[in-house]
Amino acid sequence: MTQPASPAQQDAPIPTAKSAPAGEGWRRPLGLRADVRNLSLLGVLAVLIAVGGITKPDEFLATSNLQLVLTQASIIGVVTVGMTFVITSGGIDLSVGAIVALASVWATTVATQEYGFAGILFTAVIVGLGCGLVNGLLIAYGGMVPFIATLAMLASARGLALQITDGKTQMVTVNSVLDLGIRDAYILGIPPLVLVFAAVTVIGWLLLNRTTFGRRTVAVGGNAEAARLAGIDVRRQRLYLYLLSGLCCGIAAFMLIVLAGSGQNTNGNLYELDAIAAAIIGGTLLSGGRGTIAGSVLGVLVFTTITNIFALNNLESAVQQIAKGAIIVAAVLVQHRTLRGGDA
Amino acid sequence: MAPEPAPDLEPPLLTMSGITKSFPGVRALDGVDLQVQAGEVHCLLGQNGAGKSTLIKVLAGAHQPDTGEITWRGDVVSLKSPIAAMRLGIATIYQELDLVEGLSVAENVFLGHEPTSAGFVVRGKEARSATALILGRLGHPEIDPAHHVGDLSAAQQQIVSMARALSHEVRLIVMDEPSAALDPDEVDNLFRIVGGLTADGVAVVYISHRLEEIRRIGDRVTVLKDGRAVAVGLPARDTPTRDIVAMMTGRNVEYVFPERPDPARAVDRQPVLRVEGLAREGEFAPVDLELRPGEIVGLAGLVGSGRSEILETIYGARKPSAGRVLIDGSPLRPGSVRSAVRAGVGLAPEERKAQGLLMLESVTRNVSVSSLSRFSRSGWLDRRQERAAAQRATRELSLRPDNPDARIRTLSGGNQQKAVLARWLLRGCRVLLLDEPTRGVDVGARAELYAVIRRLADEGLAVLLVSSEVPEVLGLADRVLVLREGSVVHTADARELDEHRVLDLVMEGSPTA
Repeated sequence: MTQPASPAQQDAPIPTAKSAPAGEGWRRPLGLRADVRNLSLLGVLAVLIAVGGITKPDEFLATSNLQLVLTQASIIGVVTVGMTFVITSGGIDLSVGAIVALASVWATTVATQEYGFAGILFTAVIVGLGCGLVNGLLIAYGGMVPFIATLAMLASARGLALQITDGKTQMVTVNSVLDLGIRDAYILGIPPLVLVFAAVTVIGWLLLNRTTFGRRTVAVGGNAEAARLAGIDVRRQRLYLYLLSGLCCGIAAFMLIVLAGSGQNTNGNLYELDAIAAAIIGGTLLSGGRGTIAGSVLGVLVFTTITNIFALNNLESAVQQIAKGAIIVAAVLVQHRTLRGGDA
Repeated sequence: MAPEPAPDLEPPLLTMSGITKSFPGVRALDGVDLQVQAGEVHCLLGQNGAGKSTLIKVLAGAHQPDTGEITWRGDVVSLKSPIAAMRLGIATIYQELDLVEGLSVAENVFLGHEPTSAGFVVRGKEARSATALILGRLGHPEIDPAHHVGDLSAAQQQIVSMARALSHEVRLIVMDEPSAALDPDEVDNLFRIVGGLTADGVAVVYISHRLEEIRRIGDRVTVLKDGRAVAVGLPARDTPTRDIVAMMTGRNVEYVFPERPDPARAVDRQPVLRVEGLAREGEFAPVDLELRPGEIVGLAGLVGSGRSEILETIYGARKPSAGRVLIDGSPLRPGSVRSAVRAGVGLAPEERKAQGLLMLESVTRNVSVSSLSRFSRSGWLDRRQERAAAQRATRELSLRPDNPDARIRTLSGGNQQKAVLARWLLRGCRVLLLDEPTRGVDVGARAELYAVIRRLADEGLAVLLVSSEVPEVLGLADRVLVLREGSVVHTADARELDEHRVLDLVMEGSPTA
């Protein structure tokens, strides 16, 4: 099995390593530690799949159920990729759920639907980008704390979504959009939404690990003052990051429209918490300076699988919430331990 | 070699003997002795890095000594925590005020020992009246105990700090450069307060760089140098200045400075950096400066003399209130770091960890961070090329370990500093601004860093160096600007200056004198 490649698994072997003194710096820990964490999360996922397979062998491992789990993971997954960038830069975006709601209702108004598939997709993406732009300008150039700026966006975007819909569900009548969600559209058994998620993940991983954009994101999150004094335009970078998060929300909103066949102002409820939790248990540091897309995706899969197993076993959602909480606590404790090892 | 206490004195209030304290890579205290009598003003002198602040932190219970003994009123004690020290009657007023800005004056004064009833209900009125009493005693009845500390002036905040010290049953007060933030009038008031305290039998350990203050209020002086007490309990009023300066500067460790090139060599080159009337209100007066390729110019001065501020303003990290900075004759955009970096200016900042390094990252990524666009095509990084280039730059500076993937935080201070220099080397910068380049670098590694800096200059870089260690500036720089309280008071060839002359310039004449 191929591990999701980590940033330090790279280049030629280092011939000097042998002659060097044995010490902390020599274990190439940058990648190694991320690997350990990803491995432990993979272990958790394997255990969950085993539990699912044993308790409900016929239902859990059925193709249709796996397709369902992956589809559910896809929407929150796309949001989480954007969130991972923002958190890696030392920021936070509390408004993702509200942006998804706003984009999904704006893109499903009667007026928008007249423009068909392209109109819906375009509107969802533009609304997401617009909200991200406002967030980014307030934070990067207005000097607002990300928590407050995106909290304000959360409130106003939800309010605007309610205003637009008047609380009613807006049914989608464009068939080409609805067709994306049906079984006939599956490619080799994979739902298109899952393919979108996969594409966003790959692009996100490349962006974070292989481009100057990603490097600057990590630098800003690791030490914004040092980044500024090194000549990086910290404010512009912050603006781009909230734009990116908004873009991901726009894409997620379109996916939600496809899946639900409608737009609703209650869409995306508490996505912000799920996305933050998935990124954190994946190994992205809430204080910034380190982020892992692979970890975030695993985090999303773990949470979605738990939800699925609990639902199949007819367990109350209360128990499910408690299990989620326990996993967050356990993952962060493991993270602290690995990190402290590095501080010694 | 600790001198015996004078026989005619009563047993000392405090005796510290053989105190040692090491931090990773630094021996901050190397067997320090200190004796303080009740009712005296005992002055602590020493250059930056001599161990003064570590010593007072040991005394305040904030640091635990590795070895050594502390005797307090005849009993051996261990100061396990700041609270333990406070219970004994030792109070410390730090240079950086440690007040909570959002709380009132009275709440700050009684923070941690609020008068309470039933164990938890704070009796605010009682605290306020007790605070008013102390403030009156300190000659500042105009400070309202209910006022928020954040709204007070620096001088008033200092009074509140002092009131906090006096709210305990106190026998010894440590004051770390209390006059640094004060106007002359306020200094007079401070001295009056100190006089009142000593008359009541309270001992004061007083730290200041200003010799004339020590002459005015000090009883005895202890001089620290390189973590040792080189003189214990000298008379403060009549020990000659020359002797005190000599004790502060005489060194056990000889710094090895690289050969200076012929001074005539640089003169015929065109200056690469020109600073014209650069000023920042409240920080430093207009400065003019020219820097030629191959030249190292040093700024000498005390903390607060404006040296770091000048450097950061040239770099664009602070916006000037007047003047401009030119590289090759074209002005930089004021207050723009990016404009300076693009023009070929690099900064090794004073706080290396907080301002310079990405502590979670590898050496490569710390070195390449300012040159990312060089290793990328349309944003796409060529990491092989990046790593190789970073390795070339770090090898040129013999950074150890020779592993570009090592984490920066596992490196020693000297090698971390080399990584910062390699960053600018890789960027191809032409003007290097160095702010305290050897802070936190152990003595052995300094000589190597000096050699690296000189070699960079020989290769054509122009270097502007700020250091609080006068020998470093004199030994490394070609030309020196001496700063005092935000103004350049003297400019000279480094060969024409010696340490005593510079210390006289930065210490003796303060504008109040």
